[in-house]
Amino acid sequence: MNKVQNNKAWWLVLPVFLLVAFSAVIPLMTVVNYSVQDIFDQNNAYFVGLEWYQEVLSDPRLQDSLARQFMYSGTVLLIEVPLGICVALMMPTRGWTASLSLIVLALPLLIPWNVVGTIWQIFARSDIGLLGYVINNLGIDYNYTSNSVDAWATVLLMDVWHWTSLIALLCYSGLRAIPDAYYQAARIDRASSWAIFRFIQLPKLQGVLIIGVLLRFMDSFMIYTEPFVLTGGGPGNSTTFLSQTLTKMAIGQFDIGPAAAFSIIYFLIVLLVSWLFFTTITHLDKDKVKEQSHD
Amino acid sequence: MTRNKRIGIISYSAFVLLPIYWLINMSFKSNEEITGGLSLWPQDFTFANYQVIFTDPSWYNGYFNSVYYVVLNSIITLIVALPAAYAFSRYKFVGDKHLFFWLLTNRMAPPAVFLLPFFQLYSSVGLFDTHIAVALAHCLFSVPLAVWILEGFMSAVPREIDETAYIDGYSFGHFFIRLFLPLISSGIGVTVFFSFMFSWVELLLARTLTSVNAKPIAAIMTRTIGASGVDWGVLAAAGVLTIIPGILVIYFVRNHVAKGFALGRV
Amino acid sequence: MNWMAWTLPTAIFFSTIGSIIVMMTVWEIKSPCIERKGFLPISTTRGDRLFIGLLSSAFLHLFTLGFTSVNIWLALIASVIWLLSLMRWG
Repeated sequence: MNKVQNNKAWWLVLPVFLLVAFSAVIPLMTVVNYSVQDIFDQNNAYFVGLEWYQEVLSDPRLQDSLARQFMYSGTVLLIEVPLGICVALMMPTRGWTASLSLIVLALPLLIPWNVVGTIWQIFARSDIGLLGYVINNLGIDYNYTSNSVDAWATVLLMDVWHWTSLIALLCYSGLRAIPDAYYQAARIDRASSWAIFRFIQLPKLQGVLIIGVLLRFMDSFMIYTEPFVLTGGGPGNSTTFLSQTLTKMAIGQFDIGPAAAFSIIYFLIVLLVSWLFFTTITHLDKDKVKEQSHD
Repeated sequence: MTRNKRIGIISYSAFVLLPIYWLINMSFKSNEEITGGLSLWPQDFTFANYQVIFTDPSWYNGYFNSVYYVVLNSIITLIVALPAAYAFSRYKFVGDKHLFFWLLTNRMAPPAVFLLPFFQLYSSVGLFDTHIAVALAHCLFSVPLAVWILEGFMSAVPREIDETAYIDGYSFGHFFIRLFLPLISSGIGVTVFFSFMFSWVELLLARTLTSVNAKPIAAIMTRTIGASGVDWGVLAAAGVLTIIPGILVIYFVRNHVAKGFALGRV
Repeated sequence: MNWMAWTLPTAIFFSTIGSIIVMMTVWEIKSPCIERKGFLPISTTRGDRLFIGLLSSAFLHLFTLGFTSVNIWLALIASVIWLLSLMRWG
């Protein structure tokens, strides 16, 4: 679509700009201010330069939780994306079963995050939970509150349960947008179902998959509530992720300076990753426009 | 092929529903039964857990608080996002792409980063522990997404419609409200759904910005952990009640959800 | 505004960034820029190059601070040179 150049459009964007500036720019500036000072209370703050950054970057606790965070986000994506595509391919396309499966799939997305934690806490405990009980009765020693491997597995399983639906629903809507003619042509060519997936469905899913990966990466990167409720970050520090480390520092120990410096680094990483994704998306869109204009 | 598909989707649905069933199962049991042993359905069916919630104002006010700020958030989001999305979908202007990207980065920003300054900011303007504070804070995440979704839906409406309306002598306001909005009603539905979703499920900010008057249900649920251990039955019942609004919302937008999840972009 | 805990260095930092953005906006209105391709692998506008420059400078500072013992002012000088060359040839 050809857009018209018109700077008056700024008036339409102004409310959003002001609203978001109020709740994003002012806090961000404040965090930067905090990060260069040693703060005891409102009236006792001392300028320390970039000392906190230096300290935070060499703090093994933070390096650990950063490494853990990347590993977690990576694993989550590796499981949820393929599984989500599979589920989307299996979903019925019409009739009441289609509506029903949509509602069932969307259900985990609408549960408050702490309740998700609670559900899995209840479900996975070895004494009162179905999952824990069944696994233990199979002869496997499982207890997510004392074994860090079990805790990891439980948090991962919870995330898969919670968020695979998002990928599945995104892909489902991508699949619905493929015209029937493509499938008919494939049928005439006697294409195998793998070939249909590889050459018709997957290319059409590209756009939604990037959005899905972006949302999943970001949300798993800032995960806080679910593991907080389920494991409290334990046992030990095995399921303590970035946000939790940060919250503990800022509110638990009131180390505002280091917490702020750490926030800035956290934010820069997020900014870099979302920029990479956003550039990819816009360039894909541009290629698509080019293709269409060649037709 | 279709048979395998059906088995696949049924087993995945079972995986989704089983933990939820377990929660519902718990909510109808007494605490003695829960800790006493495992049973697949309540042996001694009881409404006592729900009674605790419905008779104690500090419990049910939590639900009102949550619903209140979620609705407020959806309304604010729609009011500011609609014109902005229209601008992004129809016009080029100085800094448009960067503004759009900047909005999106806020959706990606970890709430933990903003926790402390938010608390300070809302305290300093006297909004601490009010519903509007939580609604505004949640706007930081819901507005960017809303603009993104609505922009997708609006771009699908041909420009000719706008131009014809102006030639016919409609004013911008009249055109926008009477002619344009009905065309993207499904987009609006989906936007409300997403604002609801992200505001309803968020706890970290909501808990930090409230203490008594606007305390959300999710924060009140932590009360069940007392000196004598966890009150599993009431916790489960409170959890079940938080799922119900979600089911209602998804039921109303079920026909548009597929399109909306692609952010209007397929 | 007391709670925002302003300091002189951060105030200078933000006013620099702010004035760069204002200047870029004025420049854009006076003479709108066309996307072009320099040594970066993607075609960019002036604003894109500014953003890439600022973000990479931030990471350069962090790297210098965390993993080397080089003076931070050197990183700043390097960043300014990098930013300018990016604006010109990027």
